[in-house]
Amino acid sequence: MAEVAARRPPSRLRRAANAYVSAHGRALVGALGRLYRTPLASLMTAAVLGVALALPAGFLLLLANLQGVTAGWEADARLSVFLKTDVAPDRYRALAATLEQDPDIAAATLITPEQALEELRAVSGMQDALALLDSNPLPAVLLVQPAAGADPEAAAALAERLEALPDADLVQLDQAWLQRLASVVELARRGTLVIAAMLGIAVILVVGNTIRMAIESRREELVIIKLLGGTDAFIRRPFLYEGCWYGLLGGVLALLLVETALLLLRGPATALAASYGSALLVQGLGMDGVAWLLAAGVVLGLAGSRLAVGRHLRAIEPR
Amino acid sequence: MIRFDSVSKRYPNGYEALRGINLHIRRGEMVFITGHSGAGKSTLLRLIPLLERPSNGQVLVAGLNLVRLRRGLIPQLRRRIGMIFQDYRLLHDRTVYDNVALPLVIAGVSPLEIGRRVRAALDKVGLLDRERVYPVTLSGGEQQRVGIARAEVSRPPILVADEPTGNLDPALSWEIMQLFRDFQRVGVTVVIASHDIGLIERLGQRVITLERGRLVDDIPAEAA
Ligand SMILES: Nc1ncnc2c1ncn2[C@@H]1O[C@H](COP(=O)(O)OP(=O)(O)OP(=O)(O)O)[C@@H](O)[C@H]1O
Ligand SMILES: [Mg+2]
Repeated sequence: MAEVAARRPPSRLRRAANAYVSAHGRALVGALGRLYRTPLASLMTAAVLGVALALPAGFLLLLANLQGVTAGWEADARLSVFLKTDVAPDRYRALAATLEQDPDIAAATLITPEQALEELRAVSGMQDALALLDSNPLPAVLLVQPAAGADPEAAAALAERLEALPDADLVQLDQAWLQRLASVVELARRGTLVIAAMLGIAVILVVGNTIRMAIESRREELVIIKLLGGTDAFIRRPFLYEGCWYGLLGGVLALLLVETALLLLRGPATALAASYGSALLVQGLGMDGVAWLLAAGVVLGLAGSRLAVGRHLRAIEPR
Repeated sequence: MIRFDSVSKRYPNGYEALRGINLHIRRGEMVFITGHSGAGKSTLLRLIPLLERPSNGQVLVAGLNLVRLRRGLIPQLRRRIGMIFQDYRLLHDRTVYDNVALPLVIAGVSPLEIGRRVRAALDKVGLLDRERVYPVTLSGGEQQRVGIARAEVSRPPILVADEPTGNLDPALSWEIMQLFRDFQRVGVTVVIASHDIGLIERLGQRVITLERGRLVDDIPAEAA
């Protein structure tokens, strides 16, 4: 049975499919061959694309790392509960003990007015001025650490609850600067995306211009192909693949640039983290990142060549 | 096979290169178009593969009405017409083999079949041993034979040649014309523009004469 099937000549459909695949394969390989024949020019173009792709990729990676680090810090959020100055020592000690039992709270540390004054003396170097005071103007402060795993909202809710305590005067969420940092990071991320979009346009234009020149330099050949009955698709195809190759090469170069930069930064970053007592893991592009980078290169390369092909091939008509 | 019905061609600059041409070329005919320089020979040939569109009248080629032919179907038309040029129009950065293979590559013929057909075409023009060389290393006559092989390799029903022997000496011209005769004998319709009256007369085929864009004479082939 199988033998009979094998001996039968391939069907029309099969032949058409083979022709289609071989036409595309030929264009794909041919386009790579053309890049290879002018290695310096091709490499220059690819390098421009590589830098243009590496910049936003590198920035986004940097921001992702930054966010990773600050996410660790969010758990460290602390609340400072300033008590009213007229609260008696046994009352604030009792309050500290109660809070210590609260399920939303990991730890509550008491700073008595005396301790606070001591600290102020030690740091400010204004002993003389402080000596003029006849009574301690400082309130007792409770440093409250939210329970592990509390997100910013939970911390804010806790702050509100503590503020409602009759003895509490003011609750300060030490997270404010963290939130500010987060919004700065977010701003930087948006800025990077805007720059990425602009660089993406630059990539499209660079590929478009390169393909335009390739079309110009092969004008004679394209005219002859048209004379011999080449379809628009046949003529377009090698240039589209050429654009894809440029994009892919640019993506690979961008990958190398980002990974090299990462390699150079990993040492100092780890040292810095160690000085903060944390084992910082510098996060690389990862499989997803690599796939995105290469895909972005190919898509932009294709877009650039489409632009050039659409604009310039129609102008080529046999004389 | 080819039919012109009161065809006129006016170029964008207003010059009327062809006026009211009526012409019928049957399948398997060999026809010469002759006339003084500027008479409109090239213009007439260029209408056949739609390198130029007529300003007026109808052109029918291999059953296709060219006036109504969509742009997307032009490649189909051109694949049915082998074109040969005075200046050969070969690709100089490709070997003889690759030049001749080009129409088959364009048509999506399988690589195995391409090899077979290219060698057959080169054999016919006597250049089988030159398939690996580049066109620049060939003489004018040899380059023209490569051009003919390229036009013929996809076995189109029509061959159109514009002054194919314009640059060749009489002996070579005669050889080239014999090649066209061979194609005609196997049923190919051959249309050749030439002003080599002596050569044309010796071949004894149908001769159409143009004068300032008008068809002024149509001498049928000598009965063989
Ligand atoms: N693209 C064009 N635009 C304007 N005028 C043209 C164009 N092509 C040809 N012509 C004019 O049309 C006329 C006929 O030209 P054509 O090339 O058909 O002549 P021909 O018979 O082939 O001449 P030759 O023997 O010199 O090749 C000429 O006067 C020429 O100047
Ligand atoms: Mg001419």
